[in-house]
Amino acid sequence: MCDQTFVAATFGPCECCEKASPLMNIYIKAEAINYCSFCVEVMACAGLTAGESVASLKKESETLKKKLEEERGKLSDIELNQVAEKVEVLGALAIKTRRVLKGHGNKVLCMDWCKDKRRIVSSSQDGKVIVWDAFTLNKEHGLNLPCTWVMACAYAPSGCAVACGGLDNKCSVFPLSLDKNENLNAKKKSVAMHTNYVSGCTFTSSDMQLLTSSGDGTCALWDVESGQLLQSFHGHTADVLSLDLAPSETGNTFVSGGSDRKSNIWDMRSGQNVQSFESHESDINCVKYYPSGDAFASASDDATCRFFDLRADREVAVYQKDSVIFGASTLDFSLSGRLLFAGYNDYTINVWDVLKGTRASILFGHENRVSRVRVSPDGTALCSASWDNTLRIWS
Amino acid sequence: MSNISAPNSSLVLVQKAVKQLRLEASVRRIKVSQAAAELKTFCLQNAHKDPLLTGVPSSDNPFRPPKSCILL
Repeated sequence: MCDQTFVAATFGPCECCEKASPLMNIYIKAEAINYCSFCVEVMACAGLTAGESVASLKKESETLKKKLEEERGKLSDIELNQVAEKVEVLGALAIKTRRVLKGHGNKVLCMDWCKDKRRIVSSSQDGKVIVWDAFTLNKEHGLNLPCTWVMACAYAPSGCAVACGGLDNKCSVFPLSLDKNENLNAKKKSVAMHTNYVSGCTFTSSDMQLLTSSGDGTCALWDVESGQLLQSFHGHTADVLSLDLAPSETGNTFVSGGSDRKSNIWDMRSGQNVQSFESHESDINCVKYYPSGDAFASASDDATCRFFDLRADREVAVYQKDSVIFGASTLDFSLSGRLLFAGYNDYTINVWDVLKGTRASILFGHENRVSRVRVSPDGTALCSASWDNTLRIWS
Repeated sequence: MSNISAPNSSLVLVQKAVKQLRLEASVRRIKVSQAAAELKTFCLQNAHKDPLLTGVPSSDNPFRPPKSCILL
């Protein structure tokens, strides 16, 4: 719209090849360029290696896509649940609500456990962020953010800070102070700046780096101290809704999932998208790595959760049931990876047997959508956050 | 609408897409049977350490229902 070409007829020496011929007076970004029509063609094709054209590249991309499908299909010799046939069926799970954390005045959108296995940070729609002690139900800190819909919150590995972000397009880090009288808002540090809402955030292995995902379609790695952008990850064609860091033993990668129905694996150092998976039929709301780091699962609005293996480079299991018709908005694995807890928009949490592909249990209790489930760092409990303004601890 | 920059931008997009696909096609893959077997082994090896799977006796569970105090 803004670059318009005005073609006027003049005759004279071409600025490129010096031959006298009818010139096309073209304005590129307000600069007048007087080339003959041949040189204009050459300029337009600049950037193409010999023999290429847009059409031939498009054809190559089609053949590559088909080749990828074929390669992935060749390795699909058996299903995960067939391999797991000999595994013992799970016994009845005795998981019940043990604590209900009341205190938020509005929908709880996100929560995270602290590495000390007892503290929890949660954020809600009205901009409040609360740090709880899950054993005693004490509220240890309360923060008020100036924005609403705080969709992402994370606890720092040291337990000394929390990061949160949402509709303000930023992710801020708040150091937690033991002094009750200190105003935590005063020490706030704005770290991430995106051009759309922040949907997810997590600290990397230290308090010094923060990884964020955003509605602007990108993920970014930030240095907390300086607020500098260290690496950005482009590749999604729609909002990125979730991200998860690979468990520490396996290195510098993370997975992200978005509204473009794709989940991508990224290398944090190069910013390169190393693998991509597209089999969901609707937005991917949450992605989580398997505890071994060789696989990940994703929860989607298409009411299924899917399990992808990174080394086989394909989907290996789908967790769905005809009776489950509401979208899944969150999921997490138990410590061994045998159980997959998924929170749905029908207010329940379904517990799936990862190996056999069957549903092991349903957890009822919430009175509105479950927005986030997280297993505690030592695997003893599951915490779920919901739009009914409460959090529940199950054990 | 045609302008000089249009062929370049769609060209750049298609070139990027082809480059990405070439990268993905060159990824080393293993068979699902092998991957699945390793996932199963990981699960079974760690199953006994998983409190949500095996259940934890009330006395060890930090989230057990708080005992009510008896006033003497």
